[in-house]
Amino acid sequence: MFFMNDKDKFFGFLKSPSVDQVGLEERASRFTKRSIKKETKLNGLFLTLNMIDLTTLEGKDSEGKVKQLCYKAQHLHDTYPGLPTVAAICVYPAMIRIAKKALAGSGIKIASVATGFPSGQVPQKVKIKETRFAVAEGADEVDMVISRGKFLAGEYNYVFDEIATIKDACGAARLKVILETGELGTMDKIRRASDIAMHAGADFIKTSTGKIQPAATMPVTLVMLEAIRDFYYQTGKMIGMKPAGGISKSKLALHYLVMVKETLGDAWMNNEWFRFGASSLANDVLMQIEKERTGNYQSGNYFSID
Amino acid sequence: MNNSTISKKTISKRIEVLKTYKIYIGGQFPRSESGRFYDLIDEGGKKIANICLSSRKDFRDAVIAARNACSGWGNRAAFNRSQILYRMAEMLEGRKQQFIDELVQQGNSKSQGAKEVDLSIDRLIYYAGWCDKYQQLFSSVNPVASAHYNFSVPEPTGVVSIIAPQSSSLLGLVSVIAPVIAGGNTCVVLASEKNPLCAVTFAEVLNSSDLPAGVVNILTGKISELSSWFVQHMDVNATIYCETNHAIQKMIQEKSAGNVKRIQLYDKIDWNKSEGQSPYFIQNMQEIKTTWHPIEPIGSGSGGY
Repeated sequence: MFFMNDKDKFFGFLKSPSVDQVGLEERASRFTKRSIKKETKLNGLFLTLNMIDLTTLEGKDSEGKVKQLCYKAQHLHDTYPGLPTVAAICVYPAMIRIAKKALAGSGIKIASVATGFPSGQVPQKVKIKETRFAVAEGADEVDMVISRGKFLAGEYNYVFDEIATIKDACGAARLKVILETGELGTMDKIRRASDIAMHAGADFIKTSTGKIQPAATMPVTLVMLEAIRDFYYQTGKMIGMKPAGGISKSKLALHYLVMVKETLGDAWMNNEWFRFGASSLANDVLMQIEKERTGNYQSGNYFSID
Repeated sequence: MNNSTISKKTISKRIEVLKTYKIYIGGQFPRSESGRFYDLIDEGGKKIANICLSSRKDFRDAVIAARNACSGWGNRAAFNRSQILYRMAEMLEGRKQQFIDELVQQGNSKSQGAKEVDLSIDRLIYYAGWCDKYQQLFSSVNPVASAHYNFSVPEPTGVVSIIAPQSSSLLGLVSVIAPVIAGGNTCVVLASEKNPLCAVTFAEVLNSSDLPAGVVNILTGKISELSSWFVQHMDVNATIYCETNHAIQKMIQEKSAGNVKRIQLYDKIDWNKSEGQSPYFIQNMQEIKTTWHPIEPIGSGSGGY
């Protein structure tokens, strides 16, 4: 295993510091106390829209649903001129081709989940095949899930190697590694999983699949952001962050932006390095933007249903 | 010093536990998110209580709660809505004395207070009875000149914002809320600014009456601050205003155009009299849906499709 020989890479994650959970939660709650109003709020909302990975990952997804989602990604709310588009749409591998066609020329990226999403309980060769399939179909980004069972059993080498192997299979596509923090249990484990993922070659680390509760929370995201910061100081390499699941209100999204800015700085404040995995957040942000423009609180009746 | 003098000195002056009057949103009793309050003063100039001065954000939260409760409440069986309104009357009956005390605090005589509470209970029973009956009264089968079965039925309008009567603290409040929820709507109510005590206590009655959270939300505060938000909000489908202020009436008429709200101005109604209760108050917050169903002409010789 050539990864094992690369001492820096291998030992990097074994040095994960332990996390002070009480201090962490206290710190995370501070980010919700900032007052963001008027123009600053509006800019934050635009930025949020531009950071969304508009997601549909349901068993009932159909060609029509994916096409509709792609249309929405490009036309968030046509009565408001000059709105940004979302960053990417996130679908299952079987839907990439349809999305590719629907998004042609829009500049919106296509992210595909792979590696037996959401459980990850498939043989590794199937995971590799699925990843290659997704990339061959045209995915710009691959969202993989780690093997939580192996991780919790302490087989960190296995998890590390698997991520590195999938990264290899991704080729030029960016790799997002989903830790599924709701299944990991403690902040220490989340920190360790983040370190493993980054050392193994992740371009992004992502909290959750959205299928497990709790999904993304601010303390969990903060642990991961701090891991990214430490990794950057250690290696000089920037890693992206994607909280996913449970972020459906603009106010919460703005809290996250504050947290990113105050933990990582301005370099991360764009969709190259930060994303929201969400499906209903976009509409809430649009309603807030309209509120700022018209002065009236908005109704869901005047926005797209999905 | 003997024991009896100790007990007289230490126990006779018990500190009274005063009630915190809070607002009612989505089945919870929060304070105003703004943290503001105003002093409620009785006729003698004595302070009675701190009352929440609700902000537009409290109103926004209340509308979200009302909207979420809308489909569940509207889709309940009419008979079940009737049972719940009856339950509200039962709960109110059980806490009669507390309401009378509050009415007295707000300047009514004891007998006036007792009469108002009795009338309020009766009014709830009245609308409980109407819950599963107004549909028959207000729906119709319409004659049309084609082979269609054509019928019209009332449906709930949706979320109703209500600025309650200022002078009638309990009866006025009950008289405007009851027909709205009897008809399957949900509502956000701004209680009387001068007489808000009964409204907050009535929220406690609602909370123990099997009424689903969010169907009725009660705010306290200033009409001057909140009235335009009550009308401007795009997710509110109708507004009821019970005062005679012409400037506010005009503002309501104008601003309701934003999403074509249904408007009712109950400015000349004496809630103490029989004109204060009628199934037409239910109808005012209903929308009529007409259905054209194709049929074969009855009596045509050849049957079957």
